[in-house]
Amino acid sequence: MNRKQPVWQRVLFWVVLGIVMIFFTFPMYWILSSSFKTRADVTSRVPLLIPYANFQPTMNNYLEILTDEPIESAAGAQSSGSRGEFRNRLINSIIITTLSTVLAVGLGTLAAYAISRFRIPGESDLMFFILSTRMLPPIVVLIPIFLFFSNLGLKDSFLGLTILYTTANLPFVVWMMKGFFYEIPVEYEEAAMLDGYSRLQAIYKIVLPECIPAMAATGVFSAITAWNEFVLSNLLNRDNASTVPPYLNSIVGVGAVEWGRLAAATVIFVIPIIIFTYLVRNHLLRGVTFGAVRR
Amino acid sequence: MADVQLVNVDKIYPGVKALAVNKVNLSIQDGEFLVLLGPSGCGKTTTLRMIAGLEDISGGDILIGGRRVNDLEPGDRDIAFVFQFYALYPHLSVRDNITFPLRAQNVARAEVEQRLAQVAKLLQIEHILDRRPGRLPSGEQQRVALGRAMIRRPQVFLMDEPLTNLDASLRADMRGELKHLQYELGTTMVYVTHDQVEAMTMSHRIAVMNQGVLQQVAAPLEIYNAPQTLFVASFIGTPPMSLIPCRVADGCLFGLNSDFRLTLHGSLVQALNQYKGDIIFGVRAEDVTLDENPAQGDIQGVVLVRELLGDEIIYLVDVGGSTIRTRTSPRVQVAEGQTIGLRLNYQRLHLFDRDTEQRIESKG
Repeated sequence: MNRKQPVWQRVLFWVVLGIVMIFFTFPMYWILSSSFKTRADVTSRVPLLIPYANFQPTMNNYLEILTDEPIESAAGAQSSGSRGEFRNRLINSIIITTLSTVLAVGLGTLAAYAISRFRIPGESDLMFFILSTRMLPPIVVLIPIFLFFSNLGLKDSFLGLTILYTTANLPFVVWMMKGFFYEIPVEYEEAAMLDGYSRLQAIYKIVLPECIPAMAATGVFSAITAWNEFVLSNLLNRDNASTVPPYLNSIVGVGAVEWGRLAAATVIFVIPIIIFTYLVRNHLLRGVTFGAVRR
Repeated sequence: MADVQLVNVDKIYPGVKALAVNKVNLSIQDGEFLVLLGPSGCGKTTTLRMIAGLEDISGGDILIGGRRVNDLEPGDRDIAFVFQFYALYPHLSVRDNITFPLRAQNVARAEVEQRLAQVAKLLQIEHILDRRPGRLPSGEQQRVALGRAMIRRPQVFLMDEPLTNLDASLRADMRGELKHLQYELGTTMVYVTHDQVEAMTMSHRIAVMNQGVLQQVAAPLEIYNAPQTLFVASFIGTPPMSLIPCRVADGCLFGLNSDFRLTLHGSLVQALNQYKGDIIFGVRAEDVTLDENPAQGDIQGVVLVRELLGDEIIYLVDVGGSTIRTRTSPRVQVAEGQTIGLRLNYQRLHLFDRDTEQRIESKG
């Protein structure tokens, strides 16, 4: 900020910034606080915002969804899915998201490298084709995929959703990584090859360490896409290898909604992505701003 | 150490009609410092990259130390390459950058350390060995890039405009250092640049290229004093050679598009009497003397522009619609618009065929 600005402008700046921040973070706080409320508190007509002052926090919602035991009897509330199922679904979500993200980033990175470094006949058409798969809403291909997967035995399997999420994320990874590779001077690899390394060694020793920030940034976005996906998971993996998003929907269920449990499930659901993003945070900033400044 | 031979080397890029490099024949001696000089896009970097193996060659042969290397991988050619942007690996320390080539060769650790110490001492970079290259000033980055090339003890050094990114004073220093380094090591060096000062000051021989064609290969002074083609004449020299298209008649030159007129003397008359067709007349600024008395000159002209350079003045003089540059001492002060006389050094005039653009030799 410019130091010569008058005081009132600076005050206004921070006030507006504060309002914007509250606007965006309040829903998160609401979810977090609701997850620690009893059924009575969460449905109270007057919003209860401050723990210990307005309401007595409880861990019951978390215990309920993470264990098989119903802690608080939810009279009248009927939700589909057995209790404790959340824990299994969370593990499924982690497995499927991890596998599909690793595969999408791995394969996409190699494809992007080839496209950025070699002359490929019809390269622009190929790139448009890759991008065009992103333009198709998944719902359009739902029925063919359902039939395919039923016949191939991929329904209700880890492999099925992993393949789908990998495929869905690949175009994004290829396009993102292609941009990053164009930013990495080809002279690095040439220098390594002149020094006696093979192209694969040059990629492994020189190029990959350079594009870790890009891979991290792309990985976070891919993981979030796979982690949040609802439609395919809801349709294909109903009985086995089911993920969390359809479960959250099922809590809303029939009759009275168990808002406390839903909030607790949502908070837990968000945590792995926050941890992943936190772990790669140093790379993330460089990754998303990569190529923003011309050399 | 080894010699490098290029025999009828061509380079055609797919989808491009014109040859990027056209039938280049070049013989670089063992221990020679050869500079490939030319404007952007003339094929000099492509030629260097073909020697390195970073570009396939479309025709001809390249031999290093008598061995045909057309199909050898870059790493198997025993050469070292210094890039314009240095290509130092940002995630490795200076030490790891320099020793990187030796790790590919599985050189014993003790020997790596010994060679590193030698190179670091020679290049005076011992104090930065543990730093990352990204934050170093460009002069030190340059030294690290040289170190990485030197530590391999290659047969040939290939350098692609390595001084371009340095500021003017550092570039002047590094020119001297590079020349000295090449002298000390005695290794064959092929050096690409578009900067004629680098070419003139550092090289044993200069190979001038234009549009993929080798124009002339000769020692710097020969290139300057006897350019064999119109391109070399116009490209080499600051200020550039004054060039005027002329017709020859009765021992005189008449400007084709101007009223320029010059009476020839001595061997030039004989050379041109046997010559049919139009020519390009050329003269360097230092071979023209300015005389404030117009009657004293071989030709008369009017001063158009005066460029004060401190130690000298360059005058651009209009001679009947064409222009000639002359270089004088700062003591000769003539105003713009003043009519003056120009005396030419007839021993040092240059004549070129207008069609073939080749030099017309005046014997005697």
